Amino acid sequence: MSDISFVQKEQIPPSPPPASEAGVTKWLRENLFNGFSGTLLTAISLVAIYYILSAAVPWLFFGVWSLDTLDPATNPMLSGMENSTLIQRCRVVLEGTGGGCFAVIDDRWRQLLYGFYPADQIWRINLAFLLLFVAIAPVLFNAVPRQLFAFTAVFPFVAYWLIWGGTIWGPISTLAGFALWYVVFRLIGDRSFVLGLIGGAFAGIIWWLFIGGAVAGGLSSVLPIGLESVESRDIGGFTTNFVIGLTSIAFSLPLGILLALGRQSNLFIIKGICVVFIEFIRGVPLITLLFVASVILAFFLPPGTNFDLFLRVIIMVTMFSAAYIAEVIRGGLAALPRGQYEAADAMGLDYWQAIRLIIMPQALKISIPGIVNVFIGLFKDTTLVSVISMFDMVGFIRGPLLSSTDWNGIYWELFAFASLLFFIFCYGISQYSQYLERKLATDHR
Amino acid sequence: MTAIPDQGNEPFRLSQLIYDTRYRAVTIQLIAIICVCLFFGWLISNAVTNLAAQGQDIDFGFFGAPSGYDISMSMIAYNSQSPHLTAAFVGLLNTLLVSFLAIVSATVLGVIAGILRLSNNWLISKLMSFYVEIFRNVPLLVWILIIIGVVINVFPQPREFRGDNATASMLFSESVAFTNRGVYIPKPIWETGSAVVVAVFILSVIGIFVFRRYARNLLYRTGTLLPVGWISLGIFVVPTTLAFVVMGTPISLEYPALRGFNFQGGIQVLGSLIALWFALTVYTGAFIAENVRAGILAISKGQTEASSALGLRSGMTMNLVILPQALRVIIPPLISQYLNITKNSSLAIAVGYPDLTATLGGITLNQTGRAMECVLLLMLFYLTISLSISFLMNIYNNAVKLKER
Repeated sequence: MSDISFVQKEQIPPSPPPASEAGVTKWLRENLFNGFSGTLLTAISLVAIYYILSAAVPWLFFGVWSLDTLDPATNPMLSGMENSTLIQRCRVVLEGTGGGCFAVIDDRWRQLLYGFYPADQIWRINLAFLLLFVAIAPVLFNAVPRQLFAFTAVFPFVAYWLIWGGTIWGPISTLAGFALWYVVFRLIGDRSFVLGLIGGAFAGIIWWLFIGGAVAGGLSSVLPIGLESVESRDIGGFTTNFVIGLTSIAFSLPLGILLALGRQSNLFIIKGICVVFIEFIRGVPLITLLFVASVILAFFLPPGTNFDLFLRVIIMVTMFSAAYIAEVIRGGLAALPRGQYEAADAMGLDYWQAIRLIIMPQALKISIPGIVNVFIGLFKDTTLVSVISMFDMVGFIRGPLLSSTDWNGIYWELFAFASLLFFIFCYGISQYSQYLERKLATDHR
Repeated sequence: MTAIPDQGNEPFRLSQLIYDTRYRAVTIQLIAIICVCLFFGWLISNAVTNLAAQGQDIDFGFFGAPSGYDISMSMIAYNSQSPHLTAAFVGLLNTLLVSFLAIVSATVLGVIAGILRLSNNWLISKLMSFYVEIFRNVPLLVWILIIIGVVINVFPQPREFRGDNATASMLFSESVAFTNRGVYIPKPIWETGSAVVVAVFILSVIGIFVFRRYARNLLYRTGTLLPVGWISLGIFVVPTTLAFVVMGTPISLEYPALRGFNFQGGIQVLGSLIALWFALTVYTGAFIAENVRAGILAISKGQTEASSALGLRSGMTMNLVILPQALRVIIPPLISQYLNITKNSSLAIAVGYPDLTATLGGITLNQTGRAMECVLLLMLFYLTISLSISFLMNIYNNAVKLKER
């Protein structure tokens, strides 16, 4: 029997890793002090962060946030300043602290958000905003009952009525035109999808042009239900950005789909028309299109009609975003394998059936991130309407607010507020788009 | 044998226009073209009626008339007696200038930020994410207004440079002054012999390209890797410096100096140009950073591992393996970012930089009242610029993209 005394009999407990390879030290070494260049980058970042924070922290923390602080009756620092403007009082309170005067937001948030909308009617905009979430819930989340789509269809009319006010019978009559369209479409849509669509549109147009107005007029004289009517020029602030952005994207989606299909089509003339439209719109800045809306579009509309500036801007912005959406959807169409088109043909589907049932559901799914990007870009670009002197959020800050007596000289606080608001919305939308991408990912990579 | 009916001899029926795919295409296109013609005819007849009702007409003759306004920055000879057309060209050149500057700086910033966002360094990658998200999600117009606010409110006034206890001072040994009226930089004075220096400079730039091509061929042929960066830098600096000394320093600088209430001499760069340039750079840089990041992430991890296995260091891996491949993914979105910069430069109107929109679409339009002509011409100018940029960049894209055979 051999001697095995040199063999280890019990297991040695595993020794802990070296101090430099574990815990915080390891993390710091790998992530912050990784070689000379890593350390240098960390140092530069720390300096940058120090500079940002040393300016931002006092500005936010020592700032005046409430209008009550600026009341000479309660604040002893302001004794004898009853006749001074708010910004002067603010400067006295902030003397030497480096704080920001955020009381301006407390004072003017209503106008920043709603423009000159009558103060006792603001609940209407808030209600429309809340209903918006009910309306888009079935679009955004699968778990929501499908019946809510009916409300989504009605929502544009409800929102229009809530925001602009006036008699309820106008929107209802317009809605009736769409209902008529739908009925006609159901009657002949079984035989031919396109024929049903065109016939329905025809019936709807006849209703809107000749019958609807009379019916709405008659009903409103019999049953005058309505809200106080509000002029477009009284709607301003963030509401303007929101309404223009949402309306344009909603209208431009179907238009963009049609343009993309037209550009992919092998009908030579239709393709040509779509290419010229898309490339023209994409080649010019949005500002020039807004100039068109503000100064020359009125020339091209029928004599005697008087389109609102708001409406003209929505028309041009819709055309603008339709061209971009068309390009995104064209990308989605191009990404579909050729076999999908051929399989649809082999099933005996005609062109519109193939598009509706096979091609579009897949192409739209691929295009979702792009469409959301277009939407975020468009939402940010709605601030450009301030250039044609509409009082959207930025226009309101640059116009009435910066030149008002009370706040003449204030600057950063207002733009910080505007940036924050836009950031919240745009960042939120982009996060949703990433969630959607993950949800819809069906490839198993 | 049964006779197969010859379909070609079937008499033509009207219903074939709708149900026969051979004829249906023609029918649909005819209807489409008639609809489009009717629509445009309707628009034009509306316009004619409306213009006649207001007693206006379409006439481009006013472009020859004196403009009657001054432009604060002009790269060609211009005064208030010059015609409107010259004013439009001044604006066009200013648009091209700010677009070019912003394209160059946004590309540099975007590439650096995109690479740093993928860095191992936790702090810097978080900082870059912060930069990208902040700038991508806030409207450009807001950024431009914030930055012009910095230029106007934070930069010192010229009088603060004066006296013994001046609160502001010039940078780079008294040659550059940042004031709220703009930035003053030295102005080169070209004397005789300077043409030679410029010629040598241009030749050395061409020489760098020739050398880089030679170095690449050498690398592919023999595997010898030359220190391309250092030699390029040498070619860039040495011949021009030699020519400069040999010709007896023919180029001198005129420094800006404080005289009276303002700086005189040197070149005044408008504060609005600085603000617009900087805003376009940081805003578009954030988008380019995302494109660069996506392009680098699109290159499979195996490429990095393979190049490590070959013994390349991380810098060489990036330069020789990852970036050349990522470039193919990056360039198409980069083209649209360049187009965006050009189009977004029209926001100059918000800060008072005299670009095309401000001259042709702003002052000329307001002075002459000829909205139709001005806006149409404005769109035409921008369309031409956009199409030219996309044409040039597509040539480049076709040159670098993967050739599939």
